[in-house]
Amino acid sequence: MKAIIWQGTNKVGVETVPDPTLLLPTDVIVKITSTAICGSDLHLLDGVIPSMEKGDILGHEFMGEIVEVGRDVKKLKAGDRVIVPFNIACGLCDPCQRGLFSACDNSNPNHRMAEALYGASGGGLFGYSHMYGGYAGGQAQFVRVPFADINAHRIETDLRDEQVLFLTDIFPTGYQAAEQCGIQPGRDVVAVFGAGPVGQFAARSALMLGAAHVIVVDRVPERLAMAEAAGCQTINYEQEDALVALREATGGRGPDHVIDAVGMEAHGHGPGALVDTAKQRLRLSFDRITALRWALLSCAKGGTVSLPGVYGGLIDKVPMGAAFAKGLTFRMGQTHTHRYVAPLLSRIESGEIDPSFVITHRAALDDAPELYRTFRDKHDGCIKVVLNPWA
Amino acid sequence: MSSDDQKPVPVSPADAPAAEPASETTGETGASLPALERSVMGSVGVALMGAGLRSARPLQKIVLGSVGAGLAAMAATGRNPLATALKIRQTGDGEVLVSDGVTIGKPAQGLYAVWRDLPNLPNLMRHLQSVEVIDERRSRWTVKAPTGTVSWEAEITADEPGRRLAWQSLPGAAIENHGEVLFRPAPGNRGTEVVVRLAYRPPAGSVGAVVARVVGEEPSQQLRDDLTRFKREQELGFAPTTEGQSSGRAAGGQA
Ligand SMILES: [Zn+2]
Ligand SMILES: [Zn+2]
Repeated sequence: MKAIIWQGTNKVGVETVPDPTLLLPTDVIVKITSTAICGSDLHLLDGVIPSMEKGDILGHEFMGEIVEVGRDVKKLKAGDRVIVPFNIACGLCDPCQRGLFSACDNSNPNHRMAEALYGASGGGLFGYSHMYGGYAGGQAQFVRVPFADINAHRIETDLRDEQVLFLTDIFPTGYQAAEQCGIQPGRDVVAVFGAGPVGQFAARSALMLGAAHVIVVDRVPERLAMAEAAGCQTINYEQEDALVALREATGGRGPDHVIDAVGMEAHGHGPGALVDTAKQRLRLSFDRITALRWALLSCAKGGTVSLPGVYGGLIDKVPMGAAFAKGLTFRMGQTHTHRYVAPLLSRIESGEIDPSFVITHRAALDDAPELYRTFRDKHDGCIKVVLNPWA
Repeated sequence: MSSDDQKPVPVSPADAPAAEPASETTGETGASLPALERSVMGSVGVALMGAGLRSARPLQKIVLGSVGAGLAAMAATGRNPLATALKIRQTGDGEVLVSDGVTIGKPAQGLYAVWRDLPNLPNLMRHLQSVEVIDERRSRWTVKAPTGTVSWEAEITADEPGRRLAWQSLPGAAIENHGEVLFRPAPGNRGTEVVVRLAYRPPAGSVGAVVARVVGEEPSQQLRDDLTRFKREQELGFAPTTEGQSSGRAAGGQA
């Protein structure tokens, strides 16, 4: 089959590799009909996430049709149309039973690596480094899905791929970021740093959850325009001081909750940002934290700072004093995607939201290497790329 | 993830009899090092840092690099940050202590029964090659070693079904050791906490323990892996794997 392969830092390519096979009786094989490139794939591309190996198949946002079923799979059959969220969960451990699917105890065969770095291992992820299990990803024509009864969700409506594909990551990720702010409907103001795909869904989710007002901060005009189209106020931090603009927009209080949907992607100004970049190059610090600093400094007293943006390593110069003085609450972590599939699918079915709004580029799998660059460099108005592996 | 799971569970007095080995001994870390040990640490440390930087495998890069840096720092300062970093705990008389725990969503009785079946222990603790039962209390343990195998006799010193199992090597053992496995109910109906405590005298002293740790044969990592595998066998019935999956690596042998 054809697959997108990580060939080294800043190198991805299309290669022909063996078709996946069932490795355990609880696996299924899915023939992929649609697959997306995610902002977090860019962290793999630029090498800031450790433990990628040459030859790894990328991709963690995909869907398709089941073509092969392991003998212990109970809920699925060949021919089922499924979406497959990026977290691999076992469904049986205590975290899974509590709905904390990304904290699964049992799905990461390389738990040792994550334990060495983080003290504990979360669950496996598709196509997201060996520390997270080294599972082959879904930017390919076929994929093996482990613990399939938990990880493959049947889609029975006739919604198009584009409308349900993002239930695999960016819609639940944006939604969880907003949900964990504990928004008081009609009262709370929410600011979202980063108007990439996750930021777009976070902003819309905040509105769905009743935020009185949502302000989106970014520097890319077409991304800000997409947020405006959803009814958000926008701040271009290259044109104005984001912290001042947020105070003005909130009558000096600051936003009640701030979502940092940027993570390692932040572009910042000033010496702090330069230090971060230099350290990141030296691998002393994995993360750029301009957005995090702004989030802590701008957030209203008693507010929530919610972090769906991926952080991979160490950070310094975090204004903890601001967080303490204002009594902020931090919420963060990989999304427990599985718990959001059913409720968000019903919001899509009811027409409350059509997630395909975020797609700017549709292409064949062969075009992926080119589009990785386009997406990374934010060229050509690129916000979200969806690939057809069979085009 | 929430942090409300933190719960240092005190061992009840009943679990800690007078002659108790690992659980009662006071661990020491950060002791200053003799000169010879320091120079060995220094050269091993620098070599490991180099190996880590050269390594193609990312994990090795991280682990070897940082362990090497730790050893070098230890040699330079004469103190033992590495012992803390690597959690090598030693008693005053040179015994190495290793302990870890895992919470398994199953009742204690069944988990205890798996451990009490001594000939089955090599399936739980992978460094063991075999355990042969001699009589009610005594057994012969054989471990794999770089030079072949090492055997000794051990006796069970405590056996409380569903709660605790303890053993001790008999006098004359090549590797003096003792250990225990505790089975305690996890709060909130989360199953059973299985805690293993081992104490042994490493053949080459503390340098031996550090080098063994770096090479990956040190019991602390081994124990963690063993407990994780045990949990997964109990909760899933199998180990998760990516062995044999497709990739763009020709070495996968499937292309
Ligand atoms: Zn993603
Ligand atoms: Zn699980």
